Amino acid sequence: MDKPNNRLISLGGAAIAAPLGWLARAIDPPLRALQKLGGTNAMAAFFLAPNMLIFGVFVLFPLLVNIVYSMTGGNALFLTNRTFVGLDQYERLFSCANYLDPRSCREDLFWTAVWNTAWFVVLQVTLMVGVALVTALILNRELKARGFWRAVFFFPVLLSPVVVGLIWRWILQREGLLNFMLYSAGGEPVNWLVERDWAFFWAITVSVWAHMGFYALILLAGLQAIPKDLYEAAEMDGTRPVRVFWRITLPLLMPNLLVVLVLTLIRAVQIFDEVYVLTGGGPGTSTLFITQYIYEIGFASHLRNPGLASAASILMGLVLIVLTLFQLGVARRNDRRSGKT
Amino acid sequence: MSRITLSKVAKAFGAVKVLHDVDLDIAEGELIVFVGPSGCGKSTLLRLIAGLDQPTTGTISIDGKDVTRVAAADRGLAMVFQSYALYPHMTVRQNLAFGLENARMPRAEIDQRITEAARMLDIAPYLARRPGQLSGGQRQRVAIGRAIVRNPTAFLLDEPLSNLDAELRISTRAELAALHERLSATMIYVTHDQTEAMTLADRIVVLRAGRIEQVGSPLELYNTPTNLFVAGFIGAPRMNFLPAKIGETRAGKTAIRLEGAGPLEVQAASAAAHGEVTVGLRPHHLRLVSDGEGGIPAQVKLVEALGSETVVHTTTANGDGMLAVLGGQHKVSAGETVHFRFDAADLHLFGVDGLRIEAVTTP
Amino acid sequence: MSRISAFLLRRRGGERWHWTDVFTWFWLIAGFLVMFGPAAWLVNSSFKTPAALAEFPPTILPYVTELVTVEGYDQPLPLYRVTLEDGTERVLAEVRRIGIVAQMVDPADPAEVIRVNINQRTPQRTVSFATENYVQPLVANDFLRFLWNSVFVTVMATIITLLTNSMAAFALSKYNFRGRSTVMMLVIATLMVPLSVIIVPLYSVISAMGLFNSLWGVILPTVATPTGVFMLRQYMLTIPDELIDAARMDKASEWQIYWRIVLPLTAPALAVLAIFSVVWRWNDFLWPLIVLSRRELYTLQVGLNTYAGELNVQWHFILAMTVVTMIPVVLVFIFLQRFITTGIAGTGLK
Repeated sequence: MDKPNNRLISLGGAAIAAPLGWLARAIDPPLRALQKLGGTNAMAAFFLAPNMLIFGVFVLFPLLVNIVYSMTGGNALFLTNRTFVGLDQYERLFSCANYLDPRSCREDLFWTAVWNTAWFVVLQVTLMVGVALVTALILNRELKARGFWRAVFFFPVLLSPVVVGLIWRWILQREGLLNFMLYSAGGEPVNWLVERDWAFFWAITVSVWAHMGFYALILLAGLQAIPKDLYEAAEMDGTRPVRVFWRITLPLLMPNLLVVLVLTLIRAVQIFDEVYVLTGGGPGTSTLFITQYIYEIGFASHLRNPGLASAASILMGLVLIVLTLFQLGVARRNDRRSGKT
Repeated sequence: MSRITLSKVAKAFGAVKVLHDVDLDIAEGELIVFVGPSGCGKSTLLRLIAGLDQPTTGTISIDGKDVTRVAAADRGLAMVFQSYALYPHMTVRQNLAFGLENARMPRAEIDQRITEAARMLDIAPYLARRPGQLSGGQRQRVAIGRAIVRNPTAFLLDEPLSNLDAELRISTRAELAALHERLSATMIYVTHDQTEAMTLADRIVVLRAGRIEQVGSPLELYNTPTNLFVAGFIGAPRMNFLPAKIGETRAGKTAIRLEGAGPLEVQAASAAAHGEVTVGLRPHHLRLVSDGEGGIPAQVKLVEALGSETVVHTTTANGDGMLAVLGGQHKVSAGETVHFRFDAADLHLFGVDGLRIEAVTTP
Repeated sequence: MSRISAFLLRRRGGERWHWTDVFTWFWLIAGFLVMFGPAAWLVNSSFKTPAALAEFPPTILPYVTELVTVEGYDQPLPLYRVTLEDGTERVLAEVRRIGIVAQMVDPADPAEVIRVNINQRTPQRTVSFATENYVQPLVANDFLRFLWNSVFVTVMATIITLLTNSMAAFALSKYNFRGRSTVMMLVIATLMVPLSVIIVPLYSVISAMGLFNSLWGVILPTVATPTGVFMLRQYMLTIPDELIDAARMDKASEWQIYWRIVLPLTAPALAVLAIFSVVWRWNDFLWPLIVLSRRELYTLQVGLNTYAGELNVQWHFILAMTVVTMIPVVLVFIFLQRFITTGIAGTGLK
């Protein structure tokens, strides 16, 4: 770590720590009393309490209530004022003549969002993993100033989705930079965000642009963890390079690759912010994804139906649970492989 | 300066019993060493005394006061940990002061105690440094210093030398002994190294599998080990064990037949009750004799000539390993058959149950 | 073939350029342009006046047409470089334009009006940074308010996150109590529960607690991050238990052990979590969008989106405010990039 950074951090830390330190000293005597009274178990409870309280009220409780919520109807906000409708909301979501054709469904927006999301997930994840892998391989070469190049690709990761969306809206607008470049090259300007297919294309591209650096970083860490002597041993054996890639690099990178794959999947399913700012779901409904559907049905649209939004969010949750379990399985397998417990 | 008494102290972690009804009396000002192989429960016993763990049953008292349920902080003890456990984010001075501040001691007295401890341990030049900037030996001193400034009723030391290199360990050992002399404080010292135990202890407690095997002064343990385990554990190199058969008893003398060696007689009626026994011989007690003198024949496997002494690895006729440490230099080479003799007084006898048989031996 | 290996195996070696070297440099340079270019263009554009923004093709530098005050005219007039019929060049101010003819005057001699074909004149321009793009929304519009709201949410949420998460992590790593594994299971199980799955009931919880349209309604649901608890716990597990025992022998209370021993030693992990928390909370969008419906409570992200969603988008303000929104994150990036990247590589969190 560079020295100035340390100083910066400790300075910031001190600024926050000073009043907190006073507070910490002030609450020590009552806590000593608690410790005398209740022993270590009481102290464990004390340390857990704030986090678990917030966690329980704002995560666990809503998570459990959501199931009940999805079985109620009407416009009322509080559960106690809502009428129980059983599985009606789910029935409504699933009443469809042909699932492949959203227009034949009662909730055509839902199915449009589902299919848009499905396509988005497939294309975005493929592109994301591919680009991240190539980037990681390149950053893993013997480069001068690798830190700089790594930073270049990582830079957009920290930008807020709103900023990302606005940056690209500005580039892609009709009189924007991209059209100017196209025009300079002799092409015709395109209405990037007004044409359906182009809008979908840019939704994918922009989200890859924004997050790719993060995954490249994970893959790079995996590549750098592969011992150099393996390559040297392979070279001594006269192993052909392509074979070395397939038989050494790829298998050893597989744990990280799987983690990246599942993380991208989980996040692609929930895609919302940057695309919402970029296209607003349009043109029409061509970039309407599940989370936006939930948001609009639950909060924004004039056809507000919280129960329906809740049911849709539970369906999305189920998909995510499957992916998460898969991810935990992968993580456990990785841990076993690397000998951790 | 205090007396610590353990009575019927047992500890179980879940279903695993690590200590079985330990009774022990530690006298005031004594340096007592708990020794035993890893997993014998010696560290657990120390932690129970410290108050860091609670015994499952039994009581611990300090100066006659039952402290079994008293928290570690309030027992007035100080501990030196194996890893030293110095607070890495504090300077040496802050490390020493931390406990005293917690006890709300006035600043002036804290400073005075630190100064004194620093002088005693030669750590005054490092007071402003952090543990990470110190060598292993210096850290060790700071850890001891942290205990000293507390002016505790007793010191608990958990393998304090195990992280030092061999040379430093020997010099620090001597310093610790001197420190004990000077403070004349009760010290409980845990180690797995019997040499450390022998050199430091007023009394040694040998533990195995959660039980006390023997308590006694170093020489008591060396000269009259009460069982095979203690005999094997105390003394380096290890005692040789040879199987033997009991013969007839005549005129208060019982004959013993060592495999491949001449007959021996012991004056011990108790030995007669045993069919088979184990004979224990310390490597230092063996002498090389020529062929005709009727010693124990053994084939030489390896000779380590150290100059001042010669270590000879051999096997007896029935394949038992036997080690001999011979003073001075000898012309022995591998493959050769040699004969060993020993003084009858140096022989130890153990029954099939592993317990010592008291006997007076004559060849 | 060995060159392919060099590419695949991280080694370049050799003196001659191989296609893999070419590809590497292509990727790096294209990456540089694609990753930095858009943001750089945004920053660049944010200094242009509305008139300059509307220009096509766009210019690199933010030009403005020079204005001059001419006697007899109320408004300042734009200056043009004019080629007259006799071939001489002069700098004239334009009074008005009728069709393809511009009526112009010489600022030094405003009495005489010269008619010029508009193709014969080019604007006299200078580089000028339109800082009013920044000043005006901050001062006249609500952006200063939004900025303050964002700072408040970010700082508060980060402090609470660090405190509560580290306390929970301490209990979960250094105490043996009944139900510990249950709590751990809960934490792990919800590691991946995204906000979007619970927004509907969470919204009703927030409303029931009277936190709708309150910044605390934005802060509280985000602070009990399982990710933070998990990460800090993993780190605290590496702190030797002997240190805690030593502190207990030193008469430290459990709270002191947490505050004076464990917390300082967890500083590297806390720093990583703090950085992440700042970035997360600064960038949060969906939840503040739902909880905050009063304009004076908007965070920068929500405010920016609202302004950008208006029918008549004032791009010159939006661009400038986007830059303002980017600044803290870019600062974090510049100063703490190494910290973050090692943090990610180590913990896999984002």
